[in-house]
Amino acid sequence: MSAHLTILRAGPGLTVQDLGRPGYLDMGLSRGGAVDRLALAEGAALLGQPDSLAAVEMAGTGGEFQADQDLRIALTGARMRAQINGATAVWNASHLLPAGARLSIGPAVAGSYGYLSVGGGVLGDPVLGARSAHLTAGIGALLTAGDRLAIGPDAGGATGMTFDPEDRFSGGEIRIVASFQTDLFAPDELERLQATVFRRDARANRMGVRLESDGPGFHVSGGRSVLSETIVPGDIQVTGDGTPFVLLAECQTTGGYPRIGTVLPCDLPKVAQAPAGADLRFRFVSLDEGVAAERAAAQARAALPRALRPLIRDPRSMSDLLSYQLISGAIAREEDVL
Amino acid sequence: MQDFPIIRTAGVDGLLISFAAALSEPANRAALAFRAALEAEGWAGVEETSSSLVSAFVRFDPLRLTHAALHQQVQALLDQRDWYAADLPGGRRFWRVPTVFGTDLAPQLGQAAQAAGLSEAEAIRSLSQARVRVQTIGFAPGQPYLGELPPAWDIPRQKELTPRVPEGALAVALRQLVLFSVTTPTGWQHVGQTAIRLFQPDVPEPFLLRPGDEVQFTTTDTETLARMRSDPRGGASCEALA
Repeated sequence: MSAHLTILRAGPGLTVQDLGRPGYLDMGLSRGGAVDRLALAEGAALLGQPDSLAAVEMAGTGGEFQADQDLRIALTGARMRAQINGATAVWNASHLLPAGARLSIGPAVAGSYGYLSVGGGVLGDPVLGARSAHLTAGIGALLTAGDRLAIGPDAGGATGMTFDPEDRFSGGEIRIVASFQTDLFAPDELERLQATVFRRDARANRMGVRLESDGPGFHVSGGRSVLSETIVPGDIQVTGDGTPFVLLAECQTTGGYPRIGTVLPCDLPKVAQAPAGADLRFRFVSLDEGVAAERAAAQARAALPRALRPLIRDPRSMSDLLSYQLISGAIAREEDVL
Repeated sequence: MQDFPIIRTAGVDGLLISFAAALSEPANRAALAFRAALEAEGWAGVEETSSSLVSAFVRFDPLRLTHAALHQQVQALLDQRDWYAADLPGGRRFWRVPTVFGTDLAPQLGQAAQAAGLSEAEAIRSLSQARVRVQTIGFAPGQPYLGELPPAWDIPRQKELTPRVPEGALAVALRQLVLFSVTTPTGWQHVGQTAIRLFQPDVPEPFLLRPGDEVQFTTTDTETLARMRSDPRGGASCEALA
């Protein structure tokens, strides 16, 4: 019998996400998937499984969860306060969630999107080849209290592992490349874009993030009559009043508002994770620098399994000490036998 | 600017091959045909292709396929033939979609007609008699850009977005119509309302329209449209085109 994870209480932005649904761009359906794909890769590395498995994405805050069998879980992305039966569960780490135990995940203390990955992955019927909810397309739905998620068979492995995540939870400098509409903007507008300190607006979702600044808007002549053209995640779209939006995983596939530049895929999690009010700055890099940055990020992702180390737990904080056990023949580690 | 077609980058992992700066029938045919050719090539490192109104798009993995190599492959394919002379895609169909123009269902008919220099009656006649073609599917799943409308309809998008138009809304700007597949904010002017459902993720053929299909928006009344809402096609009829 397969395991299930029941949602006892759900924050307002819980969805099932994986790497998305490529192949339907020509039919107007964007790839979607997790807004912080690195966090999925981190969760997969902690559990020793492929990053193609689906996890629960939590926007802003988490919820309360209970499993009907022992599950291995990993908590990644925006740091949230997590407890298993009242004992603190360290973020950016893997844990055993014993059958019947309550996992509660509170509001984000750094970043915007947290991820709950499960050994074996979240199942459910794929739609057009993926399990990701794509809410703007009407695929899937927000998770709510009472939902029961089927969990895939877990190949097993260690829990109680942690790592140091790439810092991407407080805004900062974002690298962008010129796109095919960048030269619609005058050179001094591009200079001003790079000199401006933007703040992430509270208005943000899986489609995109609105940017605020104190200066005037950014403008092109004839901006309202540009032919609708292909859009990619990371595009910085400038709407009619001159406000830039950075488009994320669930963006539209074409659009008529001009794009002033495109964020590198490896820097996009930093935009998605920036909390409301965080500073964001943009810097143009060459295509070669952009490809080099993507290569470095891919290498860092591939090295994640080697970056893991055992959690050093404080036994005094482990109210459920006796419930800790190893599953599927993992090798005993010091902190598990304290 | 160099002569079309031009090859430009879209982000660090995308290439856009554009056949014109403005929409035209030959450029649209070229974009559709070139995208089909790219898809047929199946190059290693290419992850996804699509077409927009006058361009074909390639998303690729720049760590597997360099920009220089892909650029060269694309240029060689461009040189193979006159893409502007390409035929429309095969298997095209003609759709008649019942539409309520104006009323409180489509409140911007009046202002759009005025922008086009037409009375409301003239605007309805013009829009309902036009036989338009799906030039591309984009923005939202299954959502067509349709054209080309008579020159009077070369009106700009609104500066302020309409916060919300419903699924099935018909909107106009730039000598084109868009038929919305989802509820969305838009800068286009909402002139008609249909009951058509363009994207249904749970049925065997989730996307109703295809690029190349022809569409006419025939007039109906509010009561008839309300009855058509139980039909996923919203009362639309469809016949094959030779």
